Amino acid sequence: MDSGRFDGTRASAGQAAYESGGADARDESFLALKILVAGGFGVGKTTLVGAVSEIRPLHTEESMTQAGLGVDRLLGVEQKNTTTVAMDFGRITIRDGLALYLFGTPGQDRFWFLWDELAQGALGAVVLADTARLPDCFPAVDFFERRAIPFVIAVNCFEGHRRHDPRDIADALDLDPGTPVVLCDARQRSSGKQVLIKVVEHAGRHHRSRQWLGRNRTAEPAAQPTSSRPNSSPRATSTAGPDSSSTPSDRSTTFRRPPGTSTV
Amino acid sequence: MNGYGAGPALGEARWYDDEAGPLVRLYALTGGRARPPNQVFDLMTLVVAAGPVGDDPSLGPEQAAVLELCALGPRSVAEIAADCDLPLGIARVLLGDLLAIGHIRVRPPLPQAYLFDQAILQEVIDGLRAL
Repeated sequence: MDSGRFDGTRASAGQAAYESGGADARDESFLALKILVAGGFGVGKTTLVGAVSEIRPLHTEESMTQAGLGVDRLLGVEQKNTTTVAMDFGRITIRDGLALYLFGTPGQDRFWFLWDELAQGALGAVVLADTARLPDCFPAVDFFERRAIPFVIAVNCFEGHRRHDPRDIADALDLDPGTPVVLCDARQRSSGKQVLIKVVEHAGRHHRSRQWLGRNRTAEPAAQPTSSRPNSSPRATSTAGPDSSSTPSDRSTTFRRPPGTSTV
Repeated sequence: MNGYGAGPALGEARWYDDEAGPLVRLYALTGGRARPPNQVFDLMTLVVAAGPVGDDPSLGPEQAAVLELCALGPRSVAEIAADCDLPLGIARVLLGDLLAIGHIRVRPPLPQAYLFDQAILQEVIDGLRAL
């Protein structure tokens, strides 16, 4: 199996293989970065991905025992043990050999277990929020905070919606200081671009500070968010969504993200 | 072509659509297998054709389509699945076959320290601005 791999650090290994092929040695330095686009159902994730990149669906087959336990009625279709989950997928080519991939995460809470694979190695994330339904984005905020994945809150300002002060939204979401909140129009390409730029800038700061912390600590600290929190099982992750979102009565009376949801 | 979703209409009214599900059962594309023979296919694993794409009669039409795409340049497993309109799991099995017979080469995702280099991030920011 190893013989089939090409290694970005060994220039000579792949060269011979590419000489006669459709691809050349330049391919070895091909870089691809991943940004996730999350948020509640119907908040405009597909619109945002579509505005900035060539969008197409990415299907994944998931076992029903994970995806639909207690949700989907299996009466009459007992033999069907997989279900197809569609995600939005987009690619932005920065230059030859450098691409940015966008993954629109599934909006339904029951597909939370999919997020773990999506989040692995992600540069950062956009959490799209709608101020009329702010609690819908609480689960996404919790998810990225728990895994120390840098994210930006992008408030999708639909027409006719009153504009909120980003500081009020940061306060309502109980965000860590430094987490950017931007207003955007997911339909506008220029607006979507600005959101992505914010994510990359924020991720850059985040990784620099982590590197700095890493260099200035002798022992691995317990405060490292990713290492201190136990990895939740897929089942636990899938229930984290519905559990941490507010009940309808909550939604109308309080606007703040309940403090309990940010800790595991 | 792969029977997943609707194919080109070929001038005739289609009697099936996306809602009807795959025309060819997905397990038929993979010989009944649900997992690739090897576990190297992360969403972001990069894949490229190992050599010139000739006519290999032993390849199924889906495998041939995947290989043709890989010959255009390196791309991620996620991109190959999306562009071939194949579910991720199926694409992984087909890529596993192509790897086993030496038609493709794969590179696991690069470590974050290398990917999130400041110069690269600046390039991405400049590229987005120019978009």
